[in-house]
Amino acid sequence: MDFGTQLLQYLLSGLSTGAIYALIGIGFSIVYHAIGIINFAQGEFVMLGGMVTLFLLQSLHLPLWAAIPLAVLLASLAGLVFERLAIRPLRKAPPLSLVIVTIGGSILIRGLAMVIWGNDTHRLPSFSGDDPITVAGATLLPQHLWIFGITIALIILNKWFFSHTISGKAMRACSYNPRAAGLVGIDVRRMTMFAFMISAAMGALAGIIAAPLTMTSYDVGIMLGLKGFCAAIIGGMSSGLATVVGGLVLGVLESLGAGLISSGYKDAIAFVILLLILLLRPQGLFGRPESERV
Amino acid sequence: MRRGLLNYLLVAVCILLAPLFFSGSYLLNVLVFAGINTMLAVALNLLVGYAGQISLGHAAFFGLGAYLSGVLTTTYGWDPWLTMPVAALSVGILAFIVGFPILKLKGHYLAMATLGLGIIVYIVFNEWVDVTGGPSGLSGIPNLHLGTLVFDGDRRNYYLVWSCALCCMLLSCNLANSRLGRAFRAIHDAEVAARVLGVNARLLKVQVFALSAAVCALAGSLYAHVMTFIEPATFGFNTSVELLTMVVIGGLGSTYGPFLGALLLTLLPEFLRVMRDYDIVFYGGMLMVMTIFLPGGLVRGIPGLWHKPLALRRAKGDAADA
Amino acid sequence: MLELQGVTQIFGGVTALKEVSFSIRADEITGVIGPNGAGKTTLFNIVTGIYRQTAGRVMLEGRDISTVPTDRLARLGMVRTFQNIELFGQMTVLENVMVGLHSRSSSGLFACLFKMPWAVAEERRIRGEALEWLRFAGIEELAPVTAANLPFGKGRLLEIARAMACHPRLLLMDEPAAGLNSQETLELSALIRTIRSRGVTVVLVEHDMDLVMSICDRIVVLNLGQKLAEGTPREIQDNPEVIAAYLGDE
Repeated sequence: MDFGTQLLQYLLSGLSTGAIYALIGIGFSIVYHAIGIINFAQGEFVMLGGMVTLFLLQSLHLPLWAAIPLAVLLASLAGLVFERLAIRPLRKAPPLSLVIVTIGGSILIRGLAMVIWGNDTHRLPSFSGDDPITVAGATLLPQHLWIFGITIALIILNKWFFSHTISGKAMRACSYNPRAAGLVGIDVRRMTMFAFMISAAMGALAGIIAAPLTMTSYDVGIMLGLKGFCAAIIGGMSSGLATVVGGLVLGVLESLGAGLISSGYKDAIAFVILLLILLLRPQGLFGRPESERV
Repeated sequence: MRRGLLNYLLVAVCILLAPLFFSGSYLLNVLVFAGINTMLAVALNLLVGYAGQISLGHAAFFGLGAYLSGVLTTTYGWDPWLTMPVAALSVGILAFIVGFPILKLKGHYLAMATLGLGIIVYIVFNEWVDVTGGPSGLSGIPNLHLGTLVFDGDRRNYYLVWSCALCCMLLSCNLANSRLGRAFRAIHDAEVAARVLGVNARLLKVQVFALSAAVCALAGSLYAHVMTFIEPATFGFNTSVELLTMVVIGGLGSTYGPFLGALLLTLLPEFLRVMRDYDIVFYGGMLMVMTIFLPGGLVRGIPGLWHKPLALRRAKGDAADA
Repeated sequence: MLELQGVTQIFGGVTALKEVSFSIRADEITGVIGPNGAGKTTLFNIVTGIYRQTAGRVMLEGRDISTVPTDRLARLGMVRTFQNIELFGQMTVLENVMVGLHSRSSSGLFACLFKMPWAVAEERRIRGEALEWLRFAGIEELAPVTAANLPFGKGRLLEIARAMACHPRLLLMDEPAAGLNSQETLELSALIRTIRSRGVTVVLVEHDMDLVMSICDRIVVLNLGQKLAEGTPREIQDNPEVIAAYLGDE
């Protein structure tokens, strides 16, 4: 394989992992806009997506087309329960408590997953076979196409939801000014709940489409969650295209770094980028600096 | 103030006499780790409890201390007593430098940045095989010794570790009740107001971060010399979370809270088989339950539970009188 | 004492302050008034370095402090209080005031950790002086109370005691009478006069017109981010533009 094809190969696999990061990142920013916190448990919903699907397939012998929506639904219910039990009681608590409670929640979910499903690594079957497709010398699996397709569909759906539906608009209003939104009759608490459900569902779906390629186990949530967060940070916590670009950039850089520099340090690349962005451009790669307000 | 000193002496005497009352070497061994964890929790409490700045990467400083001591003594043949201050100092300086940009961040962003830092260091421990030995660890680290007295038994290590832990507790107590301790707590409660009153929040946060990192490094050195073997898995994300859990359970910003939390979280898993298998469920659950129901931690929560019924009864009594 | 030169502040396209210039004379009590949204608190935030102004300069005793960080301003002799009192809630009343003495003490990390004799002596001095300031504000009996449990009025007094512990030459007060009853307001105006008599220049942003008119030597009126008028209370009361701004244009 010559260098050009190799590069294309890295690029393609980078884009597909990047798409996953983008979906997780959008989940982070939806919750961030709804309530102003970073939900550390976001990655666990990604894990839940893969693990629950696997459970439905193997233990309940459901077909894939039924297991996937059911798993997404269950994950989004988990999001709802999490919001009810952990976030709502702390609405007026100091930020430190909110940070700690979401970390606690993430570890609890991870731990429960380990107790229920053990700590083995599993692979979800591909959606439509494993026959590679050759694109200009580089190979692509059908699952990659699924990932691209579903990501694009979700991003469009997300965009449509927030700009064209009543609930979506209400959620945006809450993020701009919760008090004013409350005054015009929007149920802010309900919107927060929705935000958690939607972001959990998006995370879960990301976890499901990735699982046939990257494997899944009870602890994939930490890394995937952090990388999704990294995508959102690159995108300046936007819940739109900037985060998608952030995810893709991260995915490609990681894949190139792993291929050309060292695969051992692959994960470190994401965190170095995360730190650099947080420290140098906290408003994201595309945002304009805000004047500091207290 | 006098009472504070008395409390401290009481705790110190209890700790130093404890080995006389049980001979089981196993328990003593566990208590050595409780001592190291106490040092770590006290250090983290300086940052999280007093100054209100979260860190999810403190296991990295613990690990850096351990690896510096381990590598300098085994590969370069340094004296263990020399490596300890060198490790603590260099980790402190490193944290000071890293702290300036990182501690500009607040809340969730700070948590994510420290977490990222911790994971980067953890990856380096694993991947820099030539120096650290990689995932299989680093062995043959010498024990500490004083003249002919070698700290190799559990009882000797117990006294070694706990005297360090007691020193840390005393120093942290001193700091909390000093001009700087008040400034830290002021930053925690209302940073803008503190700055307006002339508190250099930026510098102080970095100072306390560096101090806390240096103490963690010291604990790491002790750990390396006590265990004589170290591996990266000890210094991962789970350890950072475990440390945070200790501080939160014991009581953020209290003198003895971290000590109590460390003792509890080190001892309980040894007695409760269930807790050893499901430790992360327990940590996660505890973090949530404590934050929601007992934000002051055990140290403040338990007396609170005691006082609440009393206060209620008193209020009822007053109502009856009226 | 304090001089503002063409201070402008723009927040994402919204002009909060437009070329505001005035100066505050030493040993006077100056009131800054104006309808809601006139930019009074923004002005304070700029002067104390919490916001960075878009344009213009702030001079303190002839020195440009536009880029001086907030915490250095206390050492230069300027302290402020907040509209929604900002106490250190988990600390005792006495400790709150002791933080006020932070900038006038110097024990470092090492001395504090090891309780060096000079740090202990300094600690004793801080405690004594803090108690004096509590006495000054008339709340010494509350010294051991946790600040979060204070009633609002007492919290206001604590904030003033804490600010005075910094030995400011210039004290900025953001709506000190907000939330106080008429008795407390009376006590407050007496306290402000005492503060001035100790040689401290006072600037207050205030809505309570009776208070402003009775204790201020001079008044600056802001409206919609611009300076509308400046003068003695009498001049301001008679100024037709000010009356129009407050009552709305007919």
